[in-house]
Amino acid sequence: MSPPRVLLAKPGLDGHDRGVKVIAMALRDAGAEIIYLGLRQSAAQIVRAAQQENADIIACSVLSGAHLALSRQLLDERERQMLGDVPVVIGGTIPLSDVAVLEQAGIAAVYPTGSSLSEVVSGILEQARRTAGGWNG
Amino acid sequence: MVDRSGCDERVTSSGIPVASLYTEDDLTGFNPAVQLGQPGRPPFTRGPYETMYRGRPWTMRQFAGFGSAEETNARYRFLLEQGQTALSVAFDLPTQLGYDSSHSMAEAEVGRVGVAIDTADDMTDLFNGLPLDQLSVNFTINATAPIILAFYVVAAERQRADRANLSGTLQNDLLKEFLARKAFIFPPAPSMRLVADVIEWSLSNLPRFNPISITGYHAREAGCTAVQELGLTMASAVAYAEELISRGLGFDSFAPRFSFHFATTMNLFEEVAKLRAARRMWHDIATTRFDSGDEQSGRLRFFSGNSGTTLTAAQPLNNVVRSTIQCLGAVLGGAQSIHVMGYDEAFEIPTEEAVTLSLRTQQIVAHESGVADTVDPFAGSYYVESLTNELERRAGDVLADVDRLGGAVRALERGEPQRWIAAEAYRQERMISDGTTTKVGVNRFVDESETRHEPRLFSLDSDVGERQIARTEARRAARNGRAVQVALSELGDAVSGSANVMPPLIHAARAGVTLGEASNVMRAEFGEFQEPSPW
Repeated sequence: MSPPRVLLAKPGLDGHDRGVKVIAMALRDAGAEIIYLGLRQSAAQIVRAAQQENADIIACSVLSGAHLALSRQLLDERERQMLGDVPVVIGGTIPLSDVAVLEQAGIAAVYPTGSSLSEVVSGILEQARRTAGGWNG
Repeated sequence: MVDRSGCDERVTSSGIPVASLYTEDDLTGFNPAVQLGQPGRPPFTRGPYETMYRGRPWTMRQFAGFGSAEETNARYRFLLEQGQTALSVAFDLPTQLGYDSSHSMAEAEVGRVGVAIDTADDMTDLFNGLPLDQLSVNFTINATAPIILAFYVVAAERQRADRANLSGTLQNDLLKEFLARKAFIFPPAPSMRLVADVIEWSLSNLPRFNPISITGYHAREAGCTAVQELGLTMASAVAYAEELISRGLGFDSFAPRFSFHFATTMNLFEEVAKLRAARRMWHDIATTRFDSGDEQSGRLRFFSGNSGTTLTAAQPLNNVVRSTIQCLGAVLGGAQSIHVMGYDEAFEIPTEEAVTLSLRTQQIVAHESGVADTVDPFAGSYYVESLTNELERRAGDVLADVDRLGGAVRALERGEPQRWIAAEAYRQERMISDGTTTKVGVNRFVDESETRHEPRLFSLDSDVGERQIARTEARRAARNGRAVQVALSELGDAVSGSANVMPPLIHAARAGVTLGEASNVMRAEFGEFQEPSPW
């Protein structure tokens, strides 16, 4: 089975990239293929790249507090580009009260401040393998 | 020699081995007259001023800004009423990145992590009733620093404040944006030019204002060690000095106006040693690398902010204790001004209650603990002096590494120091995961019954963006269109030529040109920077 392909990006204007890079390195060490788009990516750019790169999951990091609006943009764009089978997960400084809001909107998993490295890595890999498995099956 | 066997191995956060006991053997060859000197005298190890906090307490400067100018103005008035002694402005991301609030990239970001400033009118409102000739103001602004400085100068004009009395600091350090903070717009070369334009203009127009704050704080927050923080900060300072010298300025004409900014994190002794070593190192660079003949040039002054990355979401009240230790480190290290984090900042920007507690933390350290009663109390400590020597030596190696890469600008263009920081951040995270590094409440002393609970969090008015867009549109409609066109064309000439951008920016600010319009003139000429790959 080929390694899961994880696309990581920083949507919006936030430049805090310590977290996303740490997650990317940990995923790589756990055997995933990493595509990191970098900073200030629009929702359209992220979803387009996920399609082109045949990504199994889209993982975004937001620490500016704009996670609700940016998640909405990502989910709308995913629908517009018909990539509904690729889950979107998000991490960052996300208040607990917003976690359920994001999940109800269609975000597959939310990793707020305080999530452990292993929890984030295993969660992303599991989601990604499920997508890859779905395609194979 | 002392027998040090039988103890487990310990290291500082930079990996410097720590013995269980330090004695005079650790200071062989130590010469206090040369390595310490007197406070306020070269090499300034013991502090930039003779009497330090006995003469004047440090400046308590809580970083604040959110929503519109009016809302932030209200928070400033509140903080001053509580005994804060200066202001520190946080700008929202669109303002930092050169977008007006109405720009599509600004959606959901207006007023979120700082105040939204589109025009000189917004800046005027921000300081309404706050006399700029009496209040020192710090501006955390970088890529758009020339525009924000122009807005500030115009706001001061409208208060009829004398430019000669304006005091404060403009962060204006673009190298650390490429390194760690990532709020850059233009590539490194034109960014260096804008930084130098601001410094050169300020030298002859704002005699009491620090036109740059050379910053290691963000590299540290992005994951580097205390040693790397110190070495990379010095590498930036060297690069700015070389840029200004290449314009024909003498080192001693600008170096006394350099200010610095360091983090203070959890390893108390290492942090104190780092801050003491920073002063000695800068003095050495000033005198040996740049042949300074003016004592003022080598006198390093700095602001210290506590580390947000040390705060935890688990057991959030523990963060009050962490912040207190870090505040203590900044004071024992001789900071000129200090910011203490809110205990709720692992979740959101701080509430008024959390900010007040941060200010009270500073006041308790200043007025109850007695640590500010005597200058540089750790001087002569076997441990702190040997650690200060070690920090200086290892940071010197980092500076030499950057020199070998062709200096800070070249190194950052290639992405090399950015990779050092990311690798170190990953190493530290694994050490927390495997328990090598203790985080109370996270990987030890975990409260199993703790369901994640959050303190009452700050919440921003949801219509702040719409209100700000409407305000700016009304102001644009009221402008003299011809004056705006003339000002933008003057600015374009300066940007594409070699004239200093500050005079045309000030004309533009007076004419009502917006931050986005002025930024677009620069974008058209300079282009935008794309980061090299992080791996």
